[in-house]
Amino acid sequence: MSFEPKILGLLCNWCSYTGADLAGTARMKYPPNLMSVRVMCSGRVDPGFILDAFRAGADGVLVCGCHPGDCHYVEGNYKCMRRIPLTKILLKELGINEKRLRLEWVSASEGVRFKELVEEFTEQIRAMGPLKLKDWKFDSSLLSDASEQEGSMESAAS
Amino acid sequence: MITVTIDDKPIQVEEETSILNAAKELGINIPTLCYNELLEPYAVCRICIVEVVRGKRRRLVTACNYPLREPVAVYTNNERILNLRRMNLELLMAQAPQAEVIQKLAAELGVIRTRFPIAKPDNKCILCGLCIQACEKLVGVAALGFASRGAPREVLTPFEEYSENCILCGACAHFCPTGHIRMTDREEALLHSELILGPNKAISIPFRQAIPNAPRIHTEHCIHFKTDGCMICSKVCPKDCINYEDKDEYEEIEASAIIVATGFKDFDPTPMKQYGYGKYPNVLSALEFEQMNNAASPTGGQIVLENGKEPRSVAILHCIGSRDEQHHKYCSRVCCMYALKFAHLVKEKTSAEVYQLYIDMRAFGKGYEEFYQRLLDEGVHVIRGKGAEIIPAPPDQAGEGNLLVHCEDTLISKFREIPVDMVVLCTALEANADSADLARKLNISMGADGWFIEAHPKLAPVSTTTDGVYLAGVCQGPKDIPDAVAQGSAAAGQVLKILNQGELFLDAAYAVIREEYCSGCKICNGLCPYSAISFDEEKKISVVNSALCKACGTCAAACPSGAIVARHFTDEQIYAQIEGILA
Repeated sequence: MSFEPKILGLLCNWCSYTGADLAGTARMKYPPNLMSVRVMCSGRVDPGFILDAFRAGADGVLVCGCHPGDCHYVEGNYKCMRRIPLTKILLKELGINEKRLRLEWVSASEGVRFKELVEEFTEQIRAMGPLKLKDWKFDSSLLSDASEQEGSMESAAS
Repeated sequence: MITVTIDDKPIQVEEETSILNAAKELGINIPTLCYNELLEPYAVCRICIVEVVRGKRRRLVTACNYPLREPVAVYTNNERILNLRRMNLELLMAQAPQAEVIQKLAAELGVIRTRFPIAKPDNKCILCGLCIQACEKLVGVAALGFASRGAPREVLTPFEEYSENCILCGACAHFCPTGHIRMTDREEALLHSELILGPNKAISIPFRQAIPNAPRIHTEHCIHFKTDGCMICSKVCPKDCINYEDKDEYEEIEASAIIVATGFKDFDPTPMKQYGYGKYPNVLSALEFEQMNNAASPTGGQIVLENGKEPRSVAILHCIGSRDEQHHKYCSRVCCMYALKFAHLVKEKTSAEVYQLYIDMRAFGKGYEEFYQRLLDEGVHVIRGKGAEIIPAPPDQAGEGNLLVHCEDTLISKFREIPVDMVVLCTALEANADSADLARKLNISMGADGWFIEAHPKLAPVSTTTDGVYLAGVCQGPKDIPDAVAQGSAAAGQVLKILNQGELFLDAAYAVIREEYCSGCKICNGLCPYSAISFDEEKKISVVNSALCKACGTCAAACPSGAIVARHFTDEQIYAQIEGILA
């Protein structure tokens, strides 16, 4: 059996969720791998949600908002636009491929675009394979190891 | 009061009244050159000489500065006076042979040529000194003065050099009785809007039907605001209405609701060089053409070319700046119909041919299609194809028009060159340049084109995302007058609803700050697009105004201590959803 990725969709209420709804009411078929959570605005997307999704077993996270300039809340999508690259840096530091997180703009009329986006992103994540984080346990000794390592490097330098 | 007779007509006047003013009251015209009621009489031209008879004594005096102090008889045009006046005019003609006003006065008295030698054949100046007096006493800068004595005497700037005191107000030229002083532009520039509106003074009524119908002073052009002088307007105003202290005022108004009806700006076609707007005087914008057609315009509503002649043919170019990838992609919606109206006006007022160059004819409203058909019956040429370029017509084609409009007639698949005399550019409706500032101030959304966005395109067409702020008219998107009136009425209805209710219903979803967790870092304060979060200086925490909050949740996502709860979309709810979905 092929690998079926789990993808979390964080969709803004006014454009992307409505766009997804349009894809649904138009009876378009798109992969069932994306499971969506509705937020009022892409500006509501706390980077914590994304990290928590990867912790909880997501293989990819898709954040969708209104096109720039079309935000129902004037500028919430611009705030999301600034937070996502920062979150990607954080993911990289945690050893998660930043391509597993994507920010896209989908308007309420873009049902077809939403369908194609989900298809394409699912295939991308499928090709990347599962994210193996679940077995990873936080080990406090890592912290002391790190400080010891730093210390040893310092001593080596001196 | 004393009683005098002028040309045997008795009149009662105040003492010290000049003969000129007394004669004016009687309707007796005494010719003058160097007299201006706003300036001190200088009595140098001697044209106004009259004869004053007291008892047996007869004296010749100048009417402009002779004060009446006792009962006398004045004669203004007996043979002796007229002869002397003729002599004076002959002398003035020798001094200023080019001055038309002197030639006219002389001709009236039968003087055709002067017997005296002419020293300066090009001269118009009669050395009356009105310009010097106006410059010094009215304007208050003294940039002019008399130079030399005797025959070489003339009016000059100090040392005949460019005067730094001169503010280029034009008062000297205005007061010069013979037209010797003229204002000229150093570079000849085509002031396009002035062709339509005519010159404006520094104090004027903005337009005929202005409300209030009162003149206003343009302080940037008014002499008084440059030199503290002049104040002629206050001298001539019989009701003392002129207030130089009046200034623009900002008033704060407390309101329960706001209707935004800021309208639009006309697209400036100057950057579209191919149409030569601003270069060829007979290429007009639609608004200028409309102003020309107004009965109150300087042309009296007549459609005329710059040279005052009637055009032989007029081209009306649609979609200038709209439906154009380079400028605005949207359709401006009103142009097709007003272009048809223009065609009708041209047909009605002139015998010119009219060419409509359109992309698509959008006669969408009630009765509009019928109007279009009527215009076709009137013989308007409609060409499906956008005007591409306007160039001056070569001389061999100038018989039909002075401009050539290049276009492609897409219905017959041919390029055409249409000679016309006048071109009207149907310019796009454009959002105001400061609409982004207003959108930010009122917390309403604005689209990429600059039009404000309504809360819902179908179900809430006049509301905005901010409660109590409503939209009306073109600021929400291009629309014609009936649509703007309908939207305005709807907005007024919405406002009445609020005012009658007396209270505002709020959505249950809004952000709440948990006081015990808030560290007072103020990160959220600047993030809120609705300025709903303020800082409580006393408690040192941030506070959400629930009436302004729209529950977007941006603040909740940014709060580093998780103190902000976005109600109905709390962190706990969303984390639980993620957990549930991915489990």
